[in-house]
Amino acid sequence: MNPIFKSHEKDFMRIEAEQVCVDYNGTVALYDASLNLKAGSICGLVGMNGAGKSTFFKALMGFVRPSRGKIRINGIKVNHAQKEQSVAYVPQNEGIDYSFPVSVWDVVMMGRYGAMNIFRIPRESDRRAVVHALERVDLLDLRERPIGSLSGGQRKRAFLARAIAQRASVLLLDEPFSGVDVPTEKLMAELFLQFRQEGHTILISTHDLNHVRDFCDFVVLINKTVLAYGETSEVFTSENLNKTFGGIPPNPLSGPTSSKDFINE
Amino acid sequence: MSEFLISITPIDWLLDPLTHDFMRRALMVSALVGGVCGLLSCYMTLKGWALMGDAVSHAVMPGVVVAYALGLPFSLGAFVFGVGSVALIGFVKQKSRIKEDTVIGLVFTGFFALGLVLVSKIKSNIDLMQILFGSPLGISRSDVNQTLIISFIVISILLIFRKDLMLYCFDAKHARSIGINTGILHYLLLTLLSLSAVVGLQTVGIILVVAMLITPGATAYLLTDRFDQMTLLAVISSSFSSILGVYISYWSDIETGGSIVLVQTLIFLIAFLFAPRYGIFKNQTFINNN
Repeated sequence: MNPIFKSHEKDFMRIEAEQVCVDYNGTVALYDASLNLKAGSICGLVGMNGAGKSTFFKALMGFVRPSRGKIRINGIKVNHAQKEQSVAYVPQNEGIDYSFPVSVWDVVMMGRYGAMNIFRIPRESDRRAVVHALERVDLLDLRERPIGSLSGGQRKRAFLARAIAQRASVLLLDEPFSGVDVPTEKLMAELFLQFRQEGHTILISTHDLNHVRDFCDFVVLINKTVLAYGETSEVFTSENLNKTFGGIPPNPLSGPTSSKDFINE
Repeated sequence: MSEFLISITPIDWLLDPLTHDFMRRALMVSALVGGVCGLLSCYMTLKGWALMGDAVSHAVMPGVVVAYALGLPFSLGAFVFGVGSVALIGFVKQKSRIKEDTVIGLVFTGFFALGLVLVSKIKSNIDLMQILFGSPLGISRSDVNQTLIISFIVISILLIFRKDLMLYCFDAKHARSIGINTGILHYLLLTLLSLSAVVGLQTVGIILVVAMLITPGATAYLLTDRFDQMTLLAVISSSFSSILGVYISYWSDIETGGSIVLVQTLIFLIAFLFAPRYGIFKNQTFINNN
């Protein structure tokens, strides 16, 4: 186990969701969603748009309060886990204002804010964490650049570096492979495998089944509830995928055709 | 008048107004208010709250009138109505199918109209023109003290929570995910907006105060890619506009609020045309070298 984790983080499931229900003003977005993820695993969260993927994500991040069920991160409540900097969130590229006047360095330093005092003045250890994170995503040379001047793949790497700098044990990634170039995709794949070895747990929300097949140890198929959950090889059957995508079967198990074309319809 | 302008030297032009007590006061207050509003304007433009700034600055009007009538500090009344208007906007938006910009327009004009009616009904020594257009040249000593106190509070809070508010504007989700209470930051920013509107209306009046709350930030945004530089540039350009505006108003006998905002707009125009990286006539070599 990597020494960066606090002692109590070792003994618990990284993510524990038990019969989670979420509804918005009476409309059920998610019901009876359960999930257990141990330390050192990569899990794909797969479902159509509107299937409750992002709702489940929001619940795990404490952005929406479940109407029933409970969620624990490293054995403690989500908001406590956040205060301990245990959960890092990597946003979709689309959700960020890239004309904001901040440099790559500034963005990655934001990962350290939670560990700083109220004035958010970086200490030497914070600077070291940022340098280390930038090195891992191969962006150290571009640290002075405004975030808006980066390419799509570089932007994604900058936000990944922010999560690394945060030193969280749980990483939540929203559509990490959308709009990234091939080198970035390779770099991210290698990083994810390293994270797994270091004992991080990664949850990837995606509708790209090829990536799930390539990286994920576990997969959660979701359509208003957890339809199937388990090791990727067992869960990825055409029957399960049929259920998930409501009779529009993408075929990730054979052939090079991109599954995206089916799902985006 | 024009003959008189020609006959004076630039030194006189600068120093002569300083011999008057009221001008020294006006220049000091205007520079300070300019700085406060300039600093906040960075957050307003980056968060996309220009319309919200317009709304809050108009909605404080009835608060100012009521506070004057009751003998309370006008900042208190403005604060209550400023935050109240935002709460009301949120409530109407949530409980109806009307879009947000419509709700904002609806609420702030309603509040503003209430303010106008109150001014005409409540017997007091409030001068409507003073509230609407500001009058830094006629500012009283007690108003100066109040402005000093509010400015000090706003600047202190903005400096202490500078990074948190910047993060909130840039990526509120991340702020939440590291355990920062973004709800508090949201209302903190609204509170600062209400307070800044109150000090801003001293110099340029309610109608133009929104310019103080967005123009310096927009100008600075065109000039830099660094947040810290942006705040500095906004404060400098805003204070400078206020001082120059007061001077011009003094020498050419024109309305002070209009004069200040016109100078601000002119500076924005220069940045809009000639900003090194983002201006219309941007410097190609500058871009290539960077």
